[in-house]
Order: sequence, then C-alpha cells, then structure tokens
Amino acid sequence: MIVASPKPVTELKQLIDRHKKVLFVGCGTCVTVCLAGGEREVGIAAYATRMARKLAGQPVELEQVTIERQCENEFIKDLAAAVERNEAVVSFGCGAGVQAIAERFPTKPVYAGLNTNFLGILEEQAVWTEKCMACGDCMLAEFGGICPVTRCAKHMLNGPCGGSTAERCEVAEDRPCAWQLIYKRLSAIGQLDRLEKIQPPKNWSLAWFGGARKLVRNEHRV
Amino acid sequence: MTALVTETKKPMAMAKWQPEILAFCCNYCAYAAADLAGSRRMQYPANVRVVHVPCTGKIEMEHILSAFEKGIDGVLIAGCLEGGCHFLEGNLRAKKRSEYLRDMLDQIGVGRDRLRMVNLSAAMAPTFVERVKEIVETVESLGPNPLRKSGAP
Repeated sequence: MIVASPKPVTELKQLIDRHKKVLFVGCGTCVTVCLAGGEREVGIAAYATRMARKLAGQPVELEQVTIERQCENEFIKDLAAAVERNEAVVSFGCGAGVQAIAERFPTKPVYAGLNTNFLGILEEQAVWTEKCMACGDCMLAEFGGICPVTRCAKHMLNGPCGGSTAERCEVAEDRPCAWQLIYKRLSAIGQLDRLEKIQPPKNWSLAWFGGARKLVRNEHRV
Repeated sequence: MTALVTETKKPMAMAKWQPEILAFCCNYCAYAAADLAGSRRMQYPANVRVVHVPCTGKIEMEHILSAFEKGIDGVLIAGCLEGGCHFLEGNLRAKKRSEYLRDMLDQIGVGRDRLRMVNLSAAMAPTFVERVKEIVETVESLGPNPLRKSGAP
C-alpha cells in the first residue's frame, strides 16, 4: 500500500492562496486506508482550510469529492464537471494520483494535499512502516522474505555491517537490523545456507536511480 | 447548532458579549454529573449548551470543527476518568483527537485554548460545575470566536 500523510493546514492554505474556488479531491484506495486522503480526511482538511482562509480575510469556496482511484483515468474522468466549476484542484491522492489528475486536466492548476511517504504496511493502529522501495528486481527469495534493499539503511546485499547493536540499526535506534531479521528468518525456515552465497552487484538501473520507469506488457495490450 | 449561534448574535450586539460554549458530555459520567448538579441546584454559567453523546470516543473531529466554523466560542469535551471508560478506551481516543485538534486550531488561527477536554465521574457534580466555570472564564478572556467577526455563517 502507498502510505501518505496530511500536509499542515498552514501549508494547504498557502498552496491555494491565489484561488477563490477550489476542488478538494480525495482518493478511496491506499490513502483512505492510511487515514490521510479519504472522504473524511478531505472533509477535515476542508473545514480547517476554509476557517483559516476566512480568518485571513480571503474566504474560499471549497467543493469536495472522493473518487475510487485517482491513478486511473477511468475514475478521473468522472471529475470533469467538478474540475470545470473550480479554479484549481487539490488532490488528496498519492503523488501518482496528483499527476494523473494534472495530466487529465492540462489547463487546471493541480496541487498535492498530502506528502507521499513510502510503500509499506500497517504495523498496528496508525503505525506504518516501509517495506518496499520498488527496485524493479525483487530479491526477497534470497533473504527469507525480508528486504535488505529497503530495510537496511545501507542497502547492503551482503550484510550485516559492523554497526548494528543489540539487534538494532545504528542509524535509528527504533529500527531493527534488517540483517539480524534475515538471519533469524533464514534459521527458522532452515535456509541459512543462502547466506553463504556472495550477492553480486545489483542492477540498479531497474530501480528509480535510472530515472522514471515505464512498464509495458505486450501480452495484455489491446 | 446554527440556530443556537444565530440566536446569540442579537444579544451580542445589544448587551455585553456572552460566550457560547458547547459541552460534549459522555452519557456515563459528565452527562450524569451535569444532571446531578441540576438536581442539587448547583449554579453554573448558562452559556454552556450540553450535547449528550454515548461516549467521548464517538465525537468526530468534524463535529468540533463544524461547531467552530459556525461560530461557537469554545468547546468542552467531558469524558470519564482515565481507566474508567464504559467502552474501555473511548476517552483515551478522544484525548488524542482533542490534542490533535488543539494543534490544528492553532494553525487555523482560532487558538487551541478554545477547546478543552476534562475527565470526571458521574458523581463529580462540583467538578463539572468547576470545569464549566473554568472554560467560560478562559473563553471570556479570549473574546468571541474570531470567525464571527470574519463573517462566519
């Protein structure tokens, strides 16, 4: 799931300070689940922004709508009339959602209402952790299902480093050492022999470091 | 709520301003304490309008923001003593939400002190009266909700 978090009210207010009629668009998928950009969160942001603008002597008219998925044109097209009625759009989707809306409505200003944080999971109520960096060349099978690319601060493929203390990462005390977790997991599943293999350098061109990626799967194209 | 706020606009212009406070009272403690205060003929400021809720955990952030947008001067959330919630942790959730909202009210410009959460039990009628007096005093010193002056509905 894509995990995002709300921007402060002061920033939201500043984002749309040149507009008087704005559409707030929520997304019903990942950001609803992570309590950042669903229908309710959009409602709260709208209350707060409206009040802040009124107090600044620049009242703003806000319209709110939440669509099922902001990253798909099929759902975005339903926004056309609402976008037309407003001067600008604040998208409460992830970065992909914001850009998808901006591409669909090229003459309308589209702003991001959230900060997109990472690909992660819910650990406990209101606590999310990053699990995947979308490197494009998954090596989880080699590491017992624990990703050192994401969870080791040094992205080490032949770990651990010398810095982990009491099973904790030296970079952040509240973070477990990924390599300790890999060792425990491989022990538990009887595959410690995997650690004898020296991992060759990874092909990082498939990851983001090679620039924005594009995926084409011809078998599904129409 | 709209009616309440509109109603108070007239006396505001004519007489000394009186703050309007909304008190969200939990059924299992503050509401009963308010009731007890009434039975015991205890006096407390008439500026407070009680909203009966099943638990403070049921109060959504939107309810409070909506009240402030409509021009209410202060909001009191009165829940059970910590550890004494009928639903185990509703009051603890309300505490976290009210802290978040207090920060947000600062960012908005309304000010955090207009929202306060207190904890009491059903038998604590004098405490209820005291807390009500305290928030009325606080809000009186802060003055009217600035959104009223800014042409709030």
